[in-house]
Amino acid sequence: MSETTRFHRRTATTQSQRGTEESPMVKWTLISVAMLFLGVFLLLPLINVFAQAFAKGAGAYLGALRDPDTLAAIRLTLLVAAISVPLNLVFGVAAAWAIAKFEFRGKSLLITLIDLPFSVSPVVAGLMFVVLFGLQGYLGEWLDAHDIRIIFAVPGIVLATVFVTFPFVARELIPVMQATGTDQEQAALTLGANGWQTFWHVTLPSAKWGLLYGVILCNARAMGEFGAVSVVSGHITGVTDTMPLRVEKLYNEYNMTAAFTVASLLAVLALLTLGVKTFLEWKQAREHRLAQAIPAEKPSSRPPSES
Amino acid sequence: MSIELKNVSKRFGAVAAVAAVNFTVREGELVALLGPSGGGKTTVLRMIAGLELPTEGDILIRGQRVNDVPVQKRNIGFVFQSYALFKTMSVFDNIAFGLKIKKWKSAERKARVLELLELLGLEGLEKRFPHQLSGGQRQRVAIARALAPKPSVLLLDEPFGAVDAKIRQELRDWLVHLHNDLNVTTLFVTHDQEEAMEVSNRIVIFSRGRLEQIGTPREVYEEPANEFVARFIGVLNVLELQVHQGVGRSGEVEFPANGRPDGSKMRIGFRPFAVRISRDLNLFPYRATISHTFFLGVMLRVELETPAGLIIRARMTKEEYAQLRLHDGMAVSFGIRSYRILGSEDEPMSAELVTAHTAAATYGDGI
Repeated sequence: MSETTRFHRRTATTQSQRGTEESPMVKWTLISVAMLFLGVFLLLPLINVFAQAFAKGAGAYLGALRDPDTLAAIRLTLLVAAISVPLNLVFGVAAAWAIAKFEFRGKSLLITLIDLPFSVSPVVAGLMFVVLFGLQGYLGEWLDAHDIRIIFAVPGIVLATVFVTFPFVARELIPVMQATGTDQEQAALTLGANGWQTFWHVTLPSAKWGLLYGVILCNARAMGEFGAVSVVSGHITGVTDTMPLRVEKLYNEYNMTAAFTVASLLAVLALLTLGVKTFLEWKQAREHRLAQAIPAEKPSSRPPSES
Repeated sequence: MSIELKNVSKRFGAVAAVAAVNFTVREGELVALLGPSGGGKTTVLRMIAGLELPTEGDILIRGQRVNDVPVQKRNIGFVFQSYALFKTMSVFDNIAFGLKIKKWKSAERKARVLELLELLGLEGLEKRFPHQLSGGQRQRVAIARALAPKPSVLLLDEPFGAVDAKIRQELRDWLVHLHNDLNVTTLFVTHDQEEAMEVSNRIVIFSRGRLEQIGTPREVYEEPANEFVARFIGVLNVLELQVHQGVGRSGEVEFPANGRPDGSKMRIGFRPFAVRISRDLNLFPYRATISHTFFLGVMLRVELETPAGLIIRARMTKEEYAQLRLHDGMAVSFGIRSYRILGSEDEPMSAELVTAHTAAATYGDGI
């Protein structure tokens, strides 16, 4: 292509774009408003978290982290996530598989129920467990008689977390599994695979990015959940305080450096989650694009008569 | 008998997808299940595979009733219309999947995969993923994967549907060669009659869930069981005749009414090959002009229009056309060598009848 034609083509596209685009004024105003808003309300507070945490130097930061009650809160948060994420992984995969691959009565009810934790306020969710398992609750007396502590103890925190984080894995998986369809699974069946082998070798690998994404989001929420956990935990320092509860307690005690130190850990978790999420989305989009792009059709290299 | 269907029916709710179908496929045959979409042919294929269960009737593979045998144990190879390759696995792993499930040893597995790669002309592609293959290559990988565990029956659902015309032709030839090499009993579903005629030993024709006819390509073409088959396999000229004084007429064309009463209607059908044309306007009984000639390679389709407006389709070779010195817009005479009286679409076909003026010309026979 000569320089002239290339030049003309470019002019033509520029002009055609101008026809459908708003004026630069509008464009830049909108971009500035959006950027300003994000900067003031999201980026600045985030930077402030770290600024406050390190306000008295790295020594004070590490000192705040070494506080036994804070360490207990970190351990509890990790424990709760370590229990509730795998549980929701299993529940989520089962629910998504049931919804994506089978037709059954009550399917839409199940879909609605999966979304329930999203629509219920976390505080209400916590209260539900108190009403069920608390001393004054329906099962309270029986539990007390058998010396089982759920409310104001770790099991209650796990229950509340599992409830709140239930939708993440299932919600991410359902569209991925529906898009994949059942063809590959049927192919596996015709090749002799049983249900479990089909799930393990075919269904799961093709849904792996959606699954990972769901797990990441589920984990972030499990570690960051405040409302539901706050209701059932009882705020026993060093025993039933998770990291978000610990942040609140330190803040109320005017221990700003320590409060922001714990908060900075949660912020790092959020940033990591965001990073992994972006990476997974990019990865998924790339695989999707590759799957769409069929190479140009070429006749086979060998004439068929030779085969 | 490799595959036998006895009175097999399949209903989805109130809809009868397949109604009381009986047929057998012999060991090593290459059989096409042919019919318009919604005819039930894919359902039949999926029932043989075990992906659908028949509502009634028995399916036998190599003499064993397989109704209660799950798909995994039927030892069939199935090639899906969409290929359904495992997109997270390489070509090698796709082909090896069935062998892995059947617990073949790693070395044997590798040898078998390499053997299939070579047989299907896929050497060098084993590390690729399905999205890195062309449509034709994907299809061959799907066939290799189905063949790997040495199935007793190979089933293909619309195997050539998703590739373009040129590759389709190549794949057809290639399927015939592959079948000759492996001699595995093969059934494939198609809606393309040309494809069925070209590739298969025998054709099973379905429409609206019923088996219309089973036979060799030549049988279904020359002796169609009913009008549906006649119209589906190849082109059929159909004329509606008005009976008057023992003769059925449509425009200029007339046929004996065979005792039908005055005022009744009858329909006749004839193949384009049965139409003969001459420059000599007195050689054949009817006059027409050549309205259009379609070039179809070696064969030509000639469309005739009679003064009364009837459109008659004829077919001849390029040589005949040249020999007769025909061209578009030319006035010709034509005759119809043989025809059949048609009943309703489902009625069995009546015998072929020969017109009285056959003796007038000798060319055009035996095409």
